[in-house]
Amino acid sequence: MNDGRGVMVFGEVSESITYELLGIGRSLAAALGEPLSCVVLGSGIRDQARELIAFGADTVSVVDDPLLKDYQADAYVTVMHRLCQEQRPNILLLGQTIAGRDLAPRLAFRLHTGVATDCSELAIDPTSRLLLQTRACYGGNVRATVVCPDARPQMATVRAKTMAALARDDSRTGDVIDLDAGIDASCLRTRIVDESRETATGVRLEDARVVVAGGRGMGGADAFKQLDTLATVLKGAVGASRAACDAGYAPASAQIGLTGKVVAPTLYVAVAISGASQHMTGCSRSKVIVAINKDPAANIFKEARYGVVADYREVLPAFTEMCRELLE
Amino acid sequence: MDIVVCVKQVMDADTPPSGFRIDARANDVVSTSGLPPVINGFDEQAVEAALRLKEAHGGTITVLTLGKDLALDVIRKPLSMGADELVVVWDAAFEGGDSYSTAHGLAAAIRKIGTYDLILCGRQASDGDAGQVGPGIAELLGMPCVTFAKSITATDATVRIERAIPDRYEVVEAPMPCVITVSNELGAARYPTLRGVMAARRKQPVTWNAEALGIDPSTVGAAGARTKVLRLFLPERGGECELVAGDTPEQAGKRLAMKLREAKVI
Repeated sequence: MNDGRGVMVFGEVSESITYELLGIGRSLAAALGEPLSCVVLGSGIRDQARELIAFGADTVSVVDDPLLKDYQADAYVTVMHRLCQEQRPNILLLGQTIAGRDLAPRLAFRLHTGVATDCSELAIDPTSRLLLQTRACYGGNVRATVVCPDARPQMATVRAKTMAALARDDSRTGDVIDLDAGIDASCLRTRIVDESRETATGVRLEDARVVVAGGRGMGGADAFKQLDTLATVLKGAVGASRAACDAGYAPASAQIGLTGKVVAPTLYVAVAISGASQHMTGCSRSKVIVAINKDPAANIFKEARYGVVADYREVLPAFTEMCRELLE
Repeated sequence: MDIVVCVKQVMDADTPPSGFRIDARANDVVSTSGLPPVINGFDEQAVEAALRLKEAHGGTITVLTLGKDLALDVIRKPLSMGADELVVVWDAAFEGGDSYSTAHGLAAAIRKIGTYDLILCGRQASDGDAGQVGPGIAELLGMPCVTFAKSITATDATVRIERAIPDRYEVVEAPMPCVITVSNELGAARYPTLRGVMAARRKQPVTWNAEALGIDPSTVGAAGARTKVLRLFLPERGGECELVAGDTPEQAGKRLAMKLREAKVI
């Protein structure tokens, strides 16, 4: 079984993680002296292949088919399974995205191999030449380094914003290979019957330079609106802990953490957030974390650069107002 | 409608880092908090999803768990919430399993249970956080799988699943039988009633070992695992936090803003 060669990236055209995967993929391929390929599945996506070469891929396999327009597990697993059997990669990297979280385990089981999900560090062991896959577990309280000793490919899904993309280099050359999907509609056992995309207003949370996030300690949906004011002043976006989303204070799309979004802004203002590990996994890469919390023992103060120990209700209006004055 | 729900006993996810230690030799996390173990939160919500379907369509709910040193009071909780049967799978052959080999054990048990329309799992367990067992079972049993359900409704031979996907609304229809993984957006699991607790106490779990499942021991436990943990360790925490104080909280707030301005953060 131990006959794989090359690093393969499962690219998603709409996700910036693809460039991060190519970045880490390039360095793993260099460590192994093996090539880096990228596979993209979709409909009407061929134009984007050149860009993947500019960001580091040696070859790009494009599987362009109307049946692949939306991610649907049955179609994607079938195509990726066949591709892996044909190209026999040593390593296969996917993003820890909605599609990646669904696809990676299905594909791994079909290939009879293992996968480490939600990795935030990847390296090649110089002795064994195995992929060292480091990931969070226990809600982020513990980290584990895992290997897949025998089965191939060695598969990992990678958390957003943990790997650096390469600078775009349009002078890079590489081959674009068009492949047939080789599937028909009969392979789809499930069917998307209704679908809509929420239209984002203002700054996208994942891309925001400043994120103002609230926790369950905010106390209610109305209180959460105060965070909107601060976010507007700081030209940022509003996020929330899972507890705040579950309590109905904030929409699910605002959730930051292990099962939500990953953000890495310049400034992360955590208001009434205790800082549970599963939340911190979604924001710990922020450049500066600021915490406002009335509990001096809250974990968030172990992670924050600046903090105020007080009830946010008494701090936030003055803080917001002062920020407004300073930024005028 | 007959439903199998897979559940896992885990260390209480609210255990603070001071409440456990890492056993480096066994590569295991050992609770020192004295807190009792719990059913994984997402799995409890999978039980809740099953109970809602049972209320609408009737049928039976079989709860399936695979694990060592299980606390009977803990794993009986789904019964006290309203599930009908409990199947516990364990023997030494399952020791040292990863997601891959654990799913093989659970899939074998589901085959033995035999009649089911739906298999529900939590989206991931709060200890391993891998999120592989549900989709893995679907692959092993050759069934479709829909992940991250926030609501499930059934009509005749199909189920409709609204998925919890950030910034998107997606409803998927799947034929039965299929596997569905449940996300926290489904809503809180119900509390057991006193009557439920009493009834659960009278029920004995069905216990199966590898032989009872007729499973090849090389496919389960450490023997069947595809991945190996080299090292478990605690993450490094961030540096020092500078606490900004003031005569009043308002003043502290103002000072915080000025501090951020000085540091060119805003």
